[in-house]
Amino acid sequence: MFQIILTIIIYLIIVIPVGIYVYHIAAGKRTFADPVFDRVDGVIYKLGGIDAEKGMSWKKYAASLIGTNAVMMLLGYIVLRIQSIPLLNPNGIGGMEPSLSFNTIISFMTNTNLQHYSGESGLSYLSQMLVIIFMMFVSAASGYAACIAFIRGLAGKSKDNVGNFYADLVRITTRVLIPFSIVGGLLLVWQGVPQNFSENIVVNTLEGAKQVIATGPVAALEIIKHLGTNGGGFIGANSATPIENPTMLTNLIELYSMMLLPGACVITFGKMVRDRKRDTVTNTEGGEQSLVSAKDYHPALTASIYGREGRSIFAAMGIIFIIGLSVCFWAESQGNPALAEIGLSQSMGSMEGKEVRFGVAQSAMFTTTTTSFTTGTVNNMHDTLTPLGGMIPMLHMMLNVVFGGKGVGLMNMIMYAILAVFICGLMIGRTPEYLGKKIEGREMKLAALCIIIHPLLILTFSAIAVGSQAGLAGITNPGFHGLSQVLYEYASSAANNGSGFEGLADNTLFWNVTTGLAMFFGRYLSIVIQLAIAGSLMKKRFVNESSGTLHTDNMSFAVILVFVVYIFAALTFFPVLSLGPVAEHLTLWS
Amino acid sequence: MKESGKNFWHGVRQAVGVTLILMLICGVLYPCLMTGLSAMIMPNHAKGDLITVDGKTLGSEHVGQEFTEDYYMWSRPSAYHYNVYTEGEDGKLYYPDGTEFAGLSSGSDNYGPSNPALTERVEADMEKFLEKNPDVKREDIPTDLMTASGSGLDPHISPEAAEIQIPRISKASGLSEAELRNIVEENTDGKLLGIFGEETVNVLEVNIAIAKSMGIL
Repeated sequence: MFQIILTIIIYLIIVIPVGIYVYHIAAGKRTFADPVFDRVDGVIYKLGGIDAEKGMSWKKYAASLIGTNAVMMLLGYIVLRIQSIPLLNPNGIGGMEPSLSFNTIISFMTNTNLQHYSGESGLSYLSQMLVIIFMMFVSAASGYAACIAFIRGLAGKSKDNVGNFYADLVRITTRVLIPFSIVGGLLLVWQGVPQNFSENIVVNTLEGAKQVIATGPVAALEIIKHLGTNGGGFIGANSATPIENPTMLTNLIELYSMMLLPGACVITFGKMVRDRKRDTVTNTEGGEQSLVSAKDYHPALTASIYGREGRSIFAAMGIIFIIGLSVCFWAESQGNPALAEIGLSQSMGSMEGKEVRFGVAQSAMFTTTTTSFTTGTVNNMHDTLTPLGGMIPMLHMMLNVVFGGKGVGLMNMIMYAILAVFICGLMIGRTPEYLGKKIEGREMKLAALCIIIHPLLILTFSAIAVGSQAGLAGITNPGFHGLSQVLYEYASSAANNGSGFEGLADNTLFWNVTTGLAMFFGRYLSIVIQLAIAGSLMKKRFVNESSGTLHTDNMSFAVILVFVVYIFAALTFFPVLSLGPVAEHLTLWS
Repeated sequence: MKESGKNFWHGVRQAVGVTLILMLICGVLYPCLMTGLSAMIMPNHAKGDLITVDGKTLGSEHVGQEFTEDYYMWSRPSAYHYNVYTEGEDGKLYYPDGTEFAGLSSGSDNYGPSNPALTERVEADMEKFLEKNPDVKREDIPTDLMTASGSGLDPHISPEAAEIQIPRISKASGLSEAELRNIVEENTDGKLLGIFGEETVNVLEVNIAIAKSMGIL
C-alpha cells in the first residue's frame, strides 16, 4: 500500500518539469537545447521539403495528419509483407500474412499496439525497427501534434491557424521522444534489458537440456513503447517478461515513462490556456473586469504549476485513477476463492499471471496505469486478473479519459468538460461557456457524436462477435469470463490501448479485420471531430466573465466532471459489465 | 482547380518526405545508436546478462528455467516450460514433461479466475508437490509456487517458496539445511530501496550454487 502511494507522489513531482518542458516545445518558446535542435530540425525540413513556417487551418491540419499516416501505413505494410528477406533477420522469420499485416499496421499507426502476433516468432529485427519502433515514434508524435493543435484552437490566439502539422510532428519527435528514449533506453540496458542484433541464444542447462532465450534490439523498442504510450512488446508476453522488464527499477522506469507525457499534456493545456488569459488581461487596460482577473494571478501553487483550467482537469483524471487503482489493488489482494477452496493459500493475493518481483501491488499499479494512460503494455496477464480487478482496466478503456494516450485522453476529457458545462448550463438556465467561449449547437452536436462513437464501436463489434461463429471461436475461457474477453478486446481496440485478455485466439480473419476497423475509426474519427470542435470554437469571440458564469477552474468542477464521466459510463456500459466481470465475481464469491 | 491540384501534390510530397526521413531517423539511426552505445559502455548487459561458468553459458540472470531434479530448487509452473527442451529420439523437440516443444514462446495459460482448468492444473501440481515434499502441509504451500507467472519466464520465487523446498533439496543433495539456507539468502534480493516490489529468490543462481557445492559443476 505504502509503495503505491509513494510511487504516485514521485510521479506528481517529476511530471512538473516534464510538463514545463513540453509546454515550451508546444508553444514554440525557447529552451536551453534550441541551438542543437534548431539545426537538426532545419536539416529535416530541408530534406523532407517541408514548409515549417506555414500555418494550417484545422481542416488542412487534419488532412495532413491523415495523409501522412496513410503514407506511413503503406510503407510499413510493405516491410511486414517482405520481412522474410535476409536483412536483419538472424532468426529466419517468414513474411506476415495479409490480414495480420493489415491489423498490425493499423494497430501501430493508431498508437494502439494490439498484437495478434508474438514478437519473438512473428517479426524480424528489420520489421521491429522499420515498422514497430518507427511507428511507435510517429504515432505518438501524431497524437501529440493533434492535441497541441486542439489546445491552440481552444487557447484561441488566432482565428484560423492551429499550427503546422509537419513541424509539430518533427519537433515532438526530435525534441521530446528521441532524447528521452536515448536516456531511458540506456538505463534499461544498464538494468539488463538486451540491446543487440544477435540471433536468439541457445544454452545448455544444468540438467543437460537446452533453453532458447530471445534477444535483439529490445531496449530501444522498450523505452519508446512506454514513452509513446504505445504498448506493443518486443516479446509476446510484453513487459511481464524478464527480458523486457527484468527488475523493479526497470518497472518503475517503464511506469513513469508512460505516465509522464500524458500528464505533461494536461499541464501544457493549463499553461497555454492561461497564456491567453494573461494576454487579455494586459490588453484591456483599466476597467473593473481586468482588475478582478488580474487579482487571480497570484494563484495557489498548484494553479501556477498546472494552470487553473489544467488543474481541474488533472484533478478529475486523478480522482478516477485513484478510485480505479484502489478497487483493482483490493480485488487482487483478496486472491482467488476458487483456489482457496482447493486448499492453496491466497495470502500473497491472486498470483496467477503475475511475476514474483512485482507482486500484487506493483501489478495492480501497472495494470491501472497502462489502461488509464492507454499504453497497453502489461507486466502481468490481464486475462488472469480477478473479475473486479480485470473490470477496472476494462472500464478505464471504456472511459478513455483518464489521462489517456498521447494527448488523446485530454481531448476526450475536454469533450466531457463540454458536456459537463452543458448539463450545468441547463440546470442554471444559462448558455454554457467553456474557456471563455460560448458552447452552442454545433459544438454540442460534435461533442455528443465524439462521445457516442466510442461505446458504439465497442458494443456493436462485441455484439457481432458474440453473435457469430467466427467471433465465438476466439473465446477460450468458459462462462461469463468469455464475454469479458470479447468486451476487453474491442474496448482495447476502440480506446487505442492495445492490451488484451490474451487468451483470446485472435489471429483469425474475423478478429484481425474487426479489431482493425475498431482501431481505425476509434482513432481518426475522434481526432477529426475534436479538431473540428477546436476549429469552430476558434472563430468565436471571447465572452466576458460575469457573476453567472460557471467556473471551470475549481475543485467543484472537477467533481462534477468525475460524476458526468461515471454517469455516462454507467448508462452505456453497466448492462454489459454486469453480464461479464460482475456476474463472474458474484458466481466466484458465492 | 489547378491550384488545389498543386496543393495536393505539394501535400503528398511533404507527407512522403517526412515519412522517409523519420523512418530513417527513428527506425534505423536510433536503434543502431542505442546498440552501439550499449555495446561500448556495458557489453554484458547489452547481451542480456548471460551467466557463464567455466566457459559454458548456463542461462541468463533474468530468465527463469525449469528444473525437475529433486536436488534442485523448482521454479513456478510455466505454460511454455521456460523454453527448456530436449531432443527426442525421433529428432523432434520435447519439453521436459514430454509434450512437444512449441518453439520460442512466452506467456501463460491465460486461464480466467473462474476457469475450471485453472483449479485442475493447480490441484494436480499441488498433489505432485506434496508427494515429493512429504513434510509440507497443504495449506503451507506459498501462492506463487503453484501459480504460473505472466511471462512463463519468471526467474524468481518468493523466499517462502524457497524455504519450503529446503528439506527436500537437503535430503536429495546431501547438503545440510543450514548450508542451503545460506545459499538461498545469498541469492535473495530485497525490495528496491526497501520499499518497491517484493523480495525475490533467483532460482537459477541458487541452483548453480547448489551444483557447485555438490561438486557436479
